[in-house]
Amino acid sequence: MEPTHRRTIRFTLNGRPATADIGTHETLVDVLRRDFGLFGGRESCGQGLCGCCTALVDGLAVSGCLYLAAFVNGSEVVTVEGLARGNELHPIQQSFVENCAFQCGFCTPGFILMTKELLERNPQPSTDDIRHYLSGNLCRCATYPDIIRAVKAASQLKA
Amino acid sequence: MAKIIEPPPETRRKARESTQVKRSVRRLEGKSKVDGSAEYILNLSLPGMLHGKIARSSVAHGKIVRIDVTAALALEGVHAVITGEDVRRLIPDPYYGPAFHDQPILAIDKVRYAGEPVAVALATDPHIAEEAANLIEVEYEPLDPVFNEVEAAKAGSPIVHDTLRPAATFADLKYLKGRSGTNVALSGKVRRGDLEKGFKESDRIFEHTFRNGKVIHAHLEPFVTLAEMTGAAALTIHTASQSPSFVRTEVSRLLGWSENQVRVRTAFLGGGFGGKLYIKLEALVAVCTLLVRKPVRIAMTMEEHFYTITKHGATVRLKTGVKNDGRIVAREVEIWWNGGAYADIGPRVAQKSGFTAAGPYDIENIGIESHAIYTNEPPAGALRGFGISQVVWAYESQSDMIARELKMDPLEFRRLNLLREGRPHATGMIMADVDLDAMLDLLEKKLDWDRPLDRGTGTIRRGRGIAIAIKACVSPTTSVAQVNISGDGSCSVFCSTVDMGQGSDTTMAQIAGEVLGIPAETVRVIHPDTDVTPYDMGTLGSRSTYHMGNAVRSAAEDARAQLLRIASTSLKIDVDDLECRDGAVSARSGRSMTFREIMVARFAMQAGNIIGVGSFLPPYDKPDHETGQSENITPFWMLGAAGAEIEVDTETGRIHLTKLINVGDPGSAINPDSVERQVVGAATMQMGFTLFEEMIFNDGQVVNASFADYKIPGMLDLPNELTGEIIEVPDRLGPFGARGIGETGMFAVSPAIGNALFDATGVRIMEMPLTPERVLRALREAQGRPLETD
Repeated sequence: MEPTHRRTIRFTLNGRPATADIGTHETLVDVLRRDFGLFGGRESCGQGLCGCCTALVDGLAVSGCLYLAAFVNGSEVVTVEGLARGNELHPIQQSFVENCAFQCGFCTPGFILMTKELLERNPQPSTDDIRHYLSGNLCRCATYPDIIRAVKAASQLKA
Repeated sequence: MAKIIEPPPETRRKARESTQVKRSVRRLEGKSKVDGSAEYILNLSLPGMLHGKIARSSVAHGKIVRIDVTAALALEGVHAVITGEDVRRLIPDPYYGPAFHDQPILAIDKVRYAGEPVAVALATDPHIAEEAANLIEVEYEPLDPVFNEVEAAKAGSPIVHDTLRPAATFADLKYLKGRSGTNVALSGKVRRGDLEKGFKESDRIFEHTFRNGKVIHAHLEPFVTLAEMTGAAALTIHTASQSPSFVRTEVSRLLGWSENQVRVRTAFLGGGFGGKLYIKLEALVAVCTLLVRKPVRIAMTMEEHFYTITKHGATVRLKTGVKNDGRIVAREVEIWWNGGAYADIGPRVAQKSGFTAAGPYDIENIGIESHAIYTNEPPAGALRGFGISQVVWAYESQSDMIARELKMDPLEFRRLNLLREGRPHATGMIMADVDLDAMLDLLEKKLDWDRPLDRGTGTIRRGRGIAIAIKACVSPTTSVAQVNISGDGSCSVFCSTVDMGQGSDTTMAQIAGEVLGIPAETVRVIHPDTDVTPYDMGTLGSRSTYHMGNAVRSAAEDARAQLLRIASTSLKIDVDDLECRDGAVSARSGRSMTFREIMVARFAMQAGNIIGVGSFLPPYDKPDHETGQSENITPFWMLGAAGAEIEVDTETGRIHLTKLINVGDPGSAINPDSVERQVVGAATMQMGFTLFEEMIFNDGQVVNASFADYKIPGMLDLPNELTGEIIEVPDRLGPFGARGIGETGMFAVSPAIGNALFDATGVRIMEMPLTPERVLRALREAQGRPLETD
């Protein structure tokens, strides 16, 4: 019998089937890092307040530092590593590069995934929409004006 | 761009138009930062590694009576528990620090602040290590603590360190060695003119005391260090550090090893801001690795950041004598820096910020005393500005207070007193390559200063304020670089400058590319690895563009000279008729050789290296110990100015910024976009420090050590209008006329906002941050209806 504090989960990770043997206390960001070598989501504040660990679970942005890995069983998980098609960056990523919407880059994957969720719900956001939607993502380098520009440019690319 | 002053003729380059500098090259690492592949040390795991978790002191000051690790060791999966006594088995005198050797790797005999590392649990799993750390029992015999910096400097205060232990690296601190019974780690002094006479000649004298609390860097990548033995007496340390060369020197000193036995490497940093300087986790992780002979990794949580390093709290007393016409004739400054329990770089903060504490003003009579003080709070160190924003908060708040009293326009008061090109600074150095007038002119224009401001109605009051500031770049410091041409002609730059977000990789690639006539985008910058990249003093104090930029430029010139010599022999054309252009060495006649062809000509096939070497140490004269006078105190001056327009809600005390204009001077900007981004980013960070960021202590315990209770600026906090403006006064010694800019956006923001608050409400607040509660209390106090205190 499987011990109760361990579990095998099956899910889709960036479009591919994935399996992991996890502890029930382990978070999504821990498992993505340890079992799949995906480092784009990073733990920073550890309280779901900075957005650095963001991942998309069934299309919804979650805080990977709080979200238990066990919960993604049967779900579709997308990380920043899953956005590009081959060598071609996703339009949001491309827009972040072109507008230099980062400095140290540590928070950038979280902003990009949150922007993806935003543009799927609101393809033409105003500056105010962007500021509110991305208010849960923190950038200590404070590259915010460039991020707002990048999100706007991405929305125009997609339109 | 307001104004351009030509550099003196001897530094003018005959060369072709620049193609790689003065160009907003996109970040070389852009793709890797948006696709998740950028390398951070946080990503790293080592085979067979143990995870460490630190057990920390629960009291602010106390003797360690007993440490019981039995329960922690009994936990399944725990490999070892390390205490200060274990450290002493390996290193008899395990104290470190850049200015004082005062900080134990783990507490020995006593603890000096709540949160100090006392023991480390090492386990195969980080969660087990955490549980074990919680099971370590420590008994303390409490000692009287001292928290306030002014109290700690007085006779009779509890003493944090029995004797002072200055590091040998700073010759000017030697006189403090062995001194006991004091918490004053250093008193930096500046004396110029005759202060007494100056005050006598003054028509009015203003004396005020200003204060600011402690804040943290909150870089989003945590402190993280891994170490592994890479031979019987060889250690490799992988660490998120801004100063890998210093880490190597200090860890090898502690171990009694030579520097070449210790390798320190880093990667991109997820922010640093001065937090990741000197020794943080490195000595501890190195010791753990050597004791258990296994790789060890320690990554801190955000909470632990609050117990590791902070910005200095400070009390600044400012006495200023002025003539009725507004001329400042005398200024006396006394500063008490709350350095916490360990000096870190605090004494340097005290000394260097002390030098410029009289402000960017031309004052005949100056006296400055700047004291680095030990207290029982977490250690304070560098935070983007080395203490400058604390002194600017004082002198630029007072500038407005004096101007208002004299019924002068605050901008005109500053203009009247500005320190101009050719005039002596408080330290005696003659000002050069500065144009403070141009900064004020630009602010005046951007703020429409002459146009009356809409003052608001009802509970919303509007106001505006300005401030201007100066800093001396830290000196003397060394940078060394190599530029390496490979067999295929491609170019790599080897330097130990750490790209922590400021864009130094791109800047260095631009400088090398400019010299070699190749696109910056094709240059690779090798990340710091002390086995590979040459020495650099550290990525700090906005020094890299200037110091490392000059070293990279020299190294590239050395490589270029070698390329030209080989091409000259092959083409039988005089070296003076050749130049590097478009990825090749070309003659006026049109004949040319690509770099690859040159390598083949030299090494008979696509092989070999051409290595250019460069180093840079700026001219410097040590200041006199008693007067601070020096003809050469700094390689360049750093200037910052800010203008703020605000709305204050008089019912809640909340300040909202409608406009924040920031002016910086990067000399001739290497990368104008990068400069603007740094200025705006720094200003936004300082806006957080001004309006809401503050560590709150209760009996020495930090009570808001998390992002839930300590907020940093997010998108909703942005001013409606936020800009970074640059003027460009080329620097005569800077690479292609450039100077450092990274900190300057911090300098002037706080008093600009404080002055705007006064303009809007008539209320002057002397202590930062200007939280809604503090503002509301001051407003109610002014109305004669004070709020109750808790």
